[in-house]
Amino acid sequence: MYRQMVRIRTFEDNANQLYLSAKMPGLTHMYSGEEAVAVGICEALTDDDRITSTHRGHGHCVAKGAEFKAMFCELLGKAEGYCRGKGGSMHIADQSHGNLGANAIVGGSMGIATGSALRAKLLGHDDVTVCFFGDGATAQGLWYEVMNMAALWKLPVIYACENNGYSEYTKTEEIAAGSITARAEAFGIEAHKVDGQDVLAVNELTQKLVARARKGEGPFFIELETYRYHGHHVGDINRAYYRSKDEEKDWKDNRDPIVRFRGWLVSEGIASEEEIEAMNAEIETDASEAVAYAEKAAYPPAHEVDMHVYAD
Amino acid sequence: MREITLSQAVNEAIAEEMRRDPTVFLMGEDVAEAGTPFKVLSGLVEEFGTERVIDTPISEPGFVGLAVGAAMTGARPVVDLMFGDFLYLVMDQLCNQAAKQHYMSGGKLTVPMVLRTNLGATRRSAAQHSQSLQALVAHIPGLKIAMPSSAYEAKGLMKTAIRDNNPVVIFEDKLMYQDKAPVPEEEYLIPFGEAHIKREGSDITLIATSSMVQVAGKAAEMLAAEGIEAEVIDPRTIVPLDEKTLLDSVRKTSRAIVIDEGHQSYGVTAEIASRLNEKAFYHLDAPVLRMGAMDVPVPFSPALEDLTVPTPESVVENARRLCAGELIHAA
Repeated sequence: MYRQMVRIRTFEDNANQLYLSAKMPGLTHMYSGEEAVAVGICEALTDDDRITSTHRGHGHCVAKGAEFKAMFCELLGKAEGYCRGKGGSMHIADQSHGNLGANAIVGGSMGIATGSALRAKLLGHDDVTVCFFGDGATAQGLWYEVMNMAALWKLPVIYACENNGYSEYTKTEEIAAGSITARAEAFGIEAHKVDGQDVLAVNELTQKLVARARKGEGPFFIELETYRYHGHHVGDINRAYYRSKDEEKDWKDNRDPIVRFRGWLVSEGIASEEEIEAMNAEIETDASEAVAYAEKAAYPPAHEVDMHVYAD
Repeated sequence: MREITLSQAVNEAIAEEMRRDPTVFLMGEDVAEAGTPFKVLSGLVEEFGTERVIDTPISEPGFVGLAVGAAMTGARPVVDLMFGDFLYLVMDQLCNQAAKQHYMSGGKLTVPMVLRTNLGATRRSAAQHSQSLQALVAHIPGLKIAMPSSAYEAKGLMKTAIRDNNPVVIFEDKLMYQDKAPVPEEEYLIPFGEAHIKREGSDITLIATSSMVQVAGKAAEMLAAEGIEAEVIDPRTIVPLDEKTLLDSVRKTSRAIVIDEGHQSYGVTAEIASRLNEKAFYHLDAPVLRMGAMDVPVPFSPALEDLTVPTPESVVENARRLCAGELIHAA
């Protein structure tokens, strides 16, 4: 879990650099700070279990097993990307590991995740689907429609709300009335609230819920309290008008999920500082090599522009 | 050959495909015991059970979203959208999600789902239950659009749609559910992108979709009495469109009217007429004429509603004038 969290942070640091150095087309949304959510949850899943992801989706993609090279290629619009350069940052999908894809419509994948769970029930499969979304997406009506059906039909889906406190550039308390967990509870869905910066707590809870969902006890809802270190997207740099530097510093200094878990690993004697430093360095090298590879990789040929509109 | 109603044809197509493929299932509002308000799906729940014939809450974006997810992961949902007018409710799930998954994933994900819905005015159902919105979805790359014009087409196109690996929207004419047509007992499929020449003629081509095929057919009979031989062509699917059959006909007749029940402006008729103008210009003796529904919300009063859609008489009038060499244009 530590390795996966560091891989996400390292991936994002490199992606941010690609943006800042104008090597990446378009924009991207950084997952840094929320690593314990994706990793704690995805480590409780198998490759057969599905996830749906969001516009802030690199963390989910890495945590579900994706490789750096194909991810960086996708971010740079190259042919060797997971989607042959057609999806980009906001649409990365990696079906081989059960990632049904990031989605650039806020809340847009809630139906897909619930439908995946419906398919599992109908066809007698025992996989579970996790639907990642942010606090901002709780304002979408679609969520209430699909929660209703998931609860009526006891579908094996887990709704994972990453509450990072901000709905784009607006504080969540300004857009969300009442309690978010109570909304799920209103449909008779068992709801949990967990510290999203504590990977062990997230993983322990998810393991239990996944096992129960496999037995037909779903759906479940988890609200994970977390924080995004960057702005809404990489270009959102001057953001003091909606969020203070002191607040950002406090989360980074006192609640960082990677620092916290590293401290625990060392104090429990599970890993030494040297081993951890070696792992960090190895991941750093992997990422640099993948970036260099992606920068040199070929763009898709022009004839691919009208390929994949329709399946055969 | 036996004759069955369009409603029975749709029912048979779905039942046969559900028997053939256990991953096919049905969902929508009142599809199970009620068999839909039009009774098209009656009897299916008795054979396949509530596991595969699923009554949903009145949550169109929600259940269309579920269908997308189920299709992406190995099932073949047939979704019932009770009225075509409700397409506006499901646009994100259909056009942003279903239509684009295959492309956005570089060909890795597929969405083999069918959205069956309807079109057609003159049922005295007013502005929110009478629209013909095929142009709205035909505009979106990634969706296929089928428009059956009789029980025969309804069955063959539905079976093809269910086996297709893409999201398909099928528009049934809600006024035609009780219309009978010869339908073979034995299995058949109608391939997408193959127009059907309903009637051969040499003077003018009438290209008509769905509900308008009957209108064009009646117009052709009336024209024949006047000595004008109209060729009537039903494209059967507007995406993909069988351009070749349409162009071959227009090159032969030199005149064409395109008739579709959607609003005339920015519509299906405009698209087809434009393609004919671009690709058969030097074969034409007159501009290709569009005939769609009037550009007004569908009114309730029968006295007004009947004025909004093309009729055999209005088609005959336009065809007669085109053949006489008058330069006329759409309203």
